[in-house]
Amino acid sequence: MSRVISTLDWRGAGAPGQAIVLRAARVLDPRAGIDAAHDVVIRDGRIAELATSGSAEPVNAEVIDADGLVAVPAFFDPHVHLRTPGREDKEDIETGSRAAAAGGYCGIIGMANTVPPVETPAAIESLRERAQVDATVPVGFVATVTRGMRGEELTDMAELADAGAVGFSDDGVPVQNARVMRRALQYQALAGLQIALHEEDPHLSGSGVMHEGQISALLGMTGIPSVSESTMIARDCALAAYENARIHVQHLSARESVEVIAAAKAAGVQVTCEATPHHLALTEEEVRSLDSRFKMNPPLRSEDDRQALIEAVRSGLIDTIATDHAPHTLEDKEVPFEEAAMGVTGLETAFSVLNTDLVVPGVLDLAIVVERLSAGAAAFGFELPSLAPDSEANVALINLDAEWQAGSDGWESRSENSCFAGRQLTGRSMLTIVAGQVAFRQRSFAMGVA
Amino acid sequence: MRHLLSIADLSRSDVERLMERADSFAEVSRRDIKKVPTLRGRTIVSLFYESSTRTSASFELAAKRLSADLVSVKAAGSAVDKGESLKDTIATLSSFGPEAIVIRAPHAGAAKLVAGWTDAAVINAGDGKHEHPSQALLDVYTLRSRLGELDGKRIWIVGDVLHSRVARSSAMAFRLMGAHVTLCGPPTLIPRDAAAALDCDVTYDIAGLGEADIVYTLRMQNERMAESFVPSLREYAIRYGINVRRLGPRQLLMHPGPVNRGVELSGEVLDGPNSLVTEQVKNGLFVRMAVLYELLAGGDRTKAGRLDPDAELPAPTPIGEPA
Repeated sequence: MSRVISTLDWRGAGAPGQAIVLRAARVLDPRAGIDAAHDVVIRDGRIAELATSGSAEPVNAEVIDADGLVAVPAFFDPHVHLRTPGREDKEDIETGSRAAAAGGYCGIIGMANTVPPVETPAAIESLRERAQVDATVPVGFVATVTRGMRGEELTDMAELADAGAVGFSDDGVPVQNARVMRRALQYQALAGLQIALHEEDPHLSGSGVMHEGQISALLGMTGIPSVSESTMIARDCALAAYENARIHVQHLSARESVEVIAAAKAAGVQVTCEATPHHLALTEEEVRSLDSRFKMNPPLRSEDDRQALIEAVRSGLIDTIATDHAPHTLEDKEVPFEEAAMGVTGLETAFSVLNTDLVVPGVLDLAIVVERLSAGAAAFGFELPSLAPDSEANVALINLDAEWQAGSDGWESRSENSCFAGRQLTGRSMLTIVAGQVAFRQRSFAMGVA
Repeated sequence: MRHLLSIADLSRSDVERLMERADSFAEVSRRDIKKVPTLRGRTIVSLFYESSTRTSASFELAAKRLSADLVSVKAAGSAVDKGESLKDTIATLSSFGPEAIVIRAPHAGAAKLVAGWTDAAVINAGDGKHEHPSQALLDVYTLRSRLGELDGKRIWIVGDVLHSRVARSSAMAFRLMGAHVTLCGPPTLIPRDAAAALDCDVTYDIAGLGEADIVYTLRMQNERMAESFVPSLREYAIRYGINVRRLGPRQLLMHPGPVNRGVELSGEVLDGPNSLVTEQVKNGLFVRMAVLYELLAGGDRTKAGRLDPDAELPAPTPIGEPA
């Protein structure tokens, strides 16, 4: 049974939804097999009708001239760091969800590696209450798998599920102990939620700060080998198969990992996985600059790894594109590379980067990128955003021709550690509609009212 | 040249110009009065976040020989100890208006970052395991003094390449000057993909050492044992230690120091006639004088208001002699 996204916590929960007509939009919903010009009529929070382009006669509705624009199912990001509680100087629910809305997202899932980590029902309840006041788009929160993310004892997973956690993850660190991992997978039968895994063998990663390869050899920095990731994925796929449990593997970065996932899926393991826009667009070459904005975990890897990820996104082996939006302060990044915090922001650039680097050059079809950007909802039990009539109206309206410079107008996020800052990008989400309500519109985007 | 951050930034002609300049300072150093007024009134900051004997002494003496005003800051006992960030430390020191900052730091890219934060010329005196360009230049200078051009010479770099900034900078510099470089050491201490990254050969077998014209040994650090890079110093010394049995009579021996006698080198070869180790240290002074001269008084220096970029500076003249 899947839930509609708007049942997550956000400011707009329960509001009736506006009457909106997206006039003469190109409607692109690959899952529903739709790619045609329509007037998208939105009423009572749902897609009321896909009318013949130019034919809808709106009554008391906002009419948005969408001629030349593409309406797609709004995106869903299962992997975001909202830094609340504890590091609100980097991000909070309000700024993070606004960044999501600006990027075309109708829902996000916040990770639990906060200070302190989210591991009690009270913490989940408190975050949910905050989201009901502060969140521009629906936000779900995962709780940690283990207490203190120490990988030793399980959290009260069933109670956390009852309190409204949407899944479990120790993201930031792996569940190192295989016995503890196994127990969590066994217990999933009771708690019933997705377990999302940051896969990394800490002994293999050691003090690594970048991909182990030619560039790390040149720069003299300790490398994180690809097998640090793939060996842990292999272990956890085997455990999931053994316990008939399901897992979601976060941020794949290496060809070896793709191969392990392929074998696991072929064997019927219940595993889904994600890749980030930065791993799809960039490689270890960027680190030559020693610019700490290119430091994240997992690291940017080789061109061969990038090609493997792209191919897996194309084939659907990688189920979804997630940003791993990880805001950091300037102070955490304005230090030598090895000292800098791991992570980059991503919500506000995800679509534009994928469009610029993969769709425009003809590497991936727009339809595939659009599909993968919202597919993450299913991995956590949410209804996939759709533009088919009677679906919940979660829509991103995209200008494929918009040219903009990332960060030149500032960011909605509180942090600006984007590895794409300053890049000239093509294509941008102009308007985000969540359950029939306008959650965000670009300042430059004018609309008329009929 | 604006800064000296990495050998990768230099062309062969840059290196050759520095070598010629170092020659003229070597000549000055043979005179009775070894000091020249070239950088009189200019301020040089030496900022060392890691312990260092030969590099800091060498740069500081080079600055003094050029008559610069020297401010020497060690991390221990400074504001760094009190948690001041690198950026703030640089802002503080930059407020004295130095023309150059010589920096050693434990992290790759530190010197490059500093170059973005100050008007001063920045000299990388070692950044983590990344680079140590002035060492590489003095190594090239030392070999050229003995052999002339390095084109076609075969240089073996033996030991812990993985943790060595010297190996990276010197390998790049030797390649730049036309030498053929082979990295040799245990597989755990040679970086993955090093051959492609540094355009060198890689071997784990020392048996072929006889082909080398120059044997460049690296320091083997005790702490590597604890991290299981090699099982024991004893095994390492047996497999890779350079001794009279391994070093042929025509092979030159180099080491960046400090040496672990009896581990990577036997005392016999270190003190023997093939060893260039003390020559390396001596030449370091001339090369670092040349680097400071190039950055602070070189023809293409264009910092507004400080030095006239078009002014042709005179060749160095010892104090006390008519210019």
